[in-house]
Amino acid sequence: MSSRCRDRRGAHALCALALVLALGHADARELRVCADPDNMPFSDGERRGFENRIVELIASDIGATVAYYWLPQWRGFTRKTLLEGHCDVIPGMPAATRDVLTTAPYYRSSYALVFRADRVPGFTGLRDPRLPTLRIGVALPGIDATPSPPGRALARRGIFDNVVGFPVIRDVPVAKRMIDALASGDLDVAAVWWPQAGYFVALAHVPLSPAPLEPDDGDPPFAFAIAMAVRPGDAELRRTLDAALARLRPAIAAVLDQYAVTAPWPRAAAAR
Amino acid sequence: MCLLGAACGAPAFAAADEDAGTWTMPARDYANTRFSPLEDITAANAGTLKLAWTFSTGVLRGHEAAPIVADGTLYLVTPYPNVVYALDLAEAGAIKWRFSPNPVASAQGVACCDVVNRGAVWSAGRLFFNALDNQTFALDAQTGAKLWQARLGDIRNGETITMAPLVVKDKVLVGNSGGEYGVRGWLTALDAQSGRIAWRAFSTGPDGDVLIGPGFRPFYPSDRGKDLGKSTWPGEAWRIGGGTVWGFISYDPSLDLIYYGTANPGPWNSVQRPGDNKWTSGIFARSPDDGAAKWFYQLSPHDLHDYDGINENILIDVDVGGRARHALVHADRNGYVYVMDRESGQVLSATPYVPITTSTGVDLETGRLRYAPDKEPQPGRTVRDICPGSPGGKDWQPAAYSPRTRLVYIPHQNLCQDTETAQTSYIAGTPYVGATLRMKPGPGGVRGRFTAWDPARAKAAWVIEEDLPVWSGALATAGDVVFYGTMEGWFKAVDARSGALLWEFKTGSGIVGQPVSYRAPDGKQYVAVLSGVGGWAGTVVANDIDTRDRTAAGGFANAVSDLPRKTTKGGMLYVFALP
Repeated sequence: MSSRCRDRRGAHALCALALVLALGHADARELRVCADPDNMPFSDGERRGFENRIVELIASDIGATVAYYWLPQWRGFTRKTLLEGHCDVIPGMPAATRDVLTTAPYYRSSYALVFRADRVPGFTGLRDPRLPTLRIGVALPGIDATPSPPGRALARRGIFDNVVGFPVIRDVPVAKRMIDALASGDLDVAAVWWPQAGYFVALAHVPLSPAPLEPDDGDPPFAFAIAMAVRPGDAELRRTLDAALARLRPAIAAVLDQYAVTAPWPRAAAAR
Repeated sequence: MCLLGAACGAPAFAAADEDAGTWTMPARDYANTRFSPLEDITAANAGTLKLAWTFSTGVLRGHEAAPIVADGTLYLVTPYPNVVYALDLAEAGAIKWRFSPNPVASAQGVACCDVVNRGAVWSAGRLFFNALDNQTFALDAQTGAKLWQARLGDIRNGETITMAPLVVKDKVLVGNSGGEYGVRGWLTALDAQSGRIAWRAFSTGPDGDVLIGPGFRPFYPSDRGKDLGKSTWPGEAWRIGGGTVWGFISYDPSLDLIYYGTANPGPWNSVQRPGDNKWTSGIFARSPDDGAAKWFYQLSPHDLHDYDGINENILIDVDVGGRARHALVHADRNGYVYVMDRESGQVLSATPYVPITTSTGVDLETGRLRYAPDKEPQPGRTVRDICPGSPGGKDWQPAAYSPRTRLVYIPHQNLCQDTETAQTSYIAGTPYVGATLRMKPGPGGVRGRFTAWDPARAKAAWVIEEDLPVWSGALATAGDVVFYGTMEGWFKAVDARSGALLWEFKTGSGIVGQPVSYRAPDGKQYVAVLSGVGGWAGTVVANDIDTRDRTAAGGFANAVSDLPRKTTKGGMLYVFALP
């Protein structure tokens, strides 16, 4: 910047303007974002996901342009993207994710048991007596020998044989595969992370309803607060993002509503 | 029984080979001994070994392959992008040809633990190898011209191929990787002429899919019964149950049986898959012609600790209780060296070769591993001192056997791990709370060992301690010299009888490859090894992982956080000879 200004003798006014812009948005003239190119409703290569929309809102708020680095959000995503310096921010990370700095959460949601209202009318969730006889889909992260939270809750209750596992890592988002299985009648119930499910439920051709998952003692948490992640030590960018997220709260809420991201049941249930 | 001296302890198909100077498959022979009958390099002169020539592969990831030598040519396969080079041994490695399979780039994102390849195999003038994106290639070994290529799996399902194929009669045997992504494991036989699939044996599911028929005669009752590959899983969990086949395959021509291990069950957590989860974490014996299973033994039923059963099976004769047995020796991830009758599948002995806390022994009556309940992983509970850790007492890195010393030379690690409190993680749109693994040095404080194991006495003859995990293969030679490499990059020659260090050379990068020995057209014996750190243990360097994230690389970052200060990445072939 400074050398280019020195080279352009006579263009003082322009240089001064550029300098003001640079100082005003010292680390945000280009917002470098890592995201999955095929992970609707969060993000896709056409920037149609709600995380893409929120990133655009932030960029415009802080006067930055957006540059994406795309990689499937599989094992090692944070390491291969943010920590290798391909971007400065990952939108849509659990607020408690370790080894990164996270902003204040900008939404909170929960796993839900999505069921076919025509097949299991009045289904009430983990305490429904029909649970052991229904075909239930669960997502399997497969990493760190870890069960998905609903899978673990079912296993604790001795519910195994009627559980159908859906590996997370495939080329179609796991929630879409589970919602499709509900629609085709292959599943009666699917335990899905609601921000993924809401979008595909709206697109389904059969009546699907969500029952909230409420943890009993010994159950893992089903609700997670979601934030943006920056590199450890990048506190300045975090401050910039936090300020923008606060200013943009109503606009972000509108995007989240549009994509049915927050859980459509009483706030108390999702916030536990 | 052992009058022939040099051949004592090894079956005829292991060492008695007319082409003593070649190395046509990664394990050199069907018995998987990695024993070279060349004897020019001896314990007396190994100290004078000198670098003869080098060859840069131009690739920076983990180089786990064995160079292959036939017809005066050395062949090597690089990690992804899996370029094959044919180097002229008459001209210090001048390039005769190269072949690029151009695997799809997205396969890199699928491979769990670095984009390695474990080598090619030469057979009757053809070279066979696998590319990461699930393709098998057959090339004309003289020209590099492609004879055929076959696609065996789908990266979109999390499958990759990293293993070295084995050619048995007219079949090319290939298995898949990717168990933690919900891949269903298989071994596939391709017709060597056409590349067409002759048979495929799955590691889970109904007997028909597993190629279990009337000829299946497992030794232990717990492996007998109809459709155990389904009934030992809840519901349909077997459909995505893991049991991939990414290790080395052995073959006994006299019994006409192939042997290979199956990987751990996945992608389910152990609490989600009650049952033995057959046929994961075990050893299959099969007919190479039609894949029909002869026997199976489950090393880790209902695996709790990521103990794949894929480690190599070395087919040797072992004196057990005064009787020579046609044995299979297998140093498992779970920490035991198994000596088995390779005809029946009976376990003759199972002896710890590393400190073990996850089990208390193997019941030789039932064949069952006795798990230690207090080390069982429970979601939400911290468990400390799980020994061995997830990579096991030994991972993929293959051992060697010398029929002269009758010792098995085992390169391995000495690592334990703690599972720590719940941490929130996130993958492809799904948050979850998982235990995080932190590996650490096992008892004794060193992270690696090179153990000379006496399978007849079921104990170590000698042990060399290494600071870092020993992630390279081993090579034994008729000159009673044994070779291996370290992750710092030292390539070492030790006395096969005493373990005394005879010679060492510092290569440019950490060594995770498989050393081999051959006789070049000039008549001299050479020893060759690929240097180039990587693999699961070395991925913190090969992938530039920030070791401040101590749970990165599947928990390995904590155990080898100093590795980036000790080596850097870079693939190079090193070839050594006497002056």
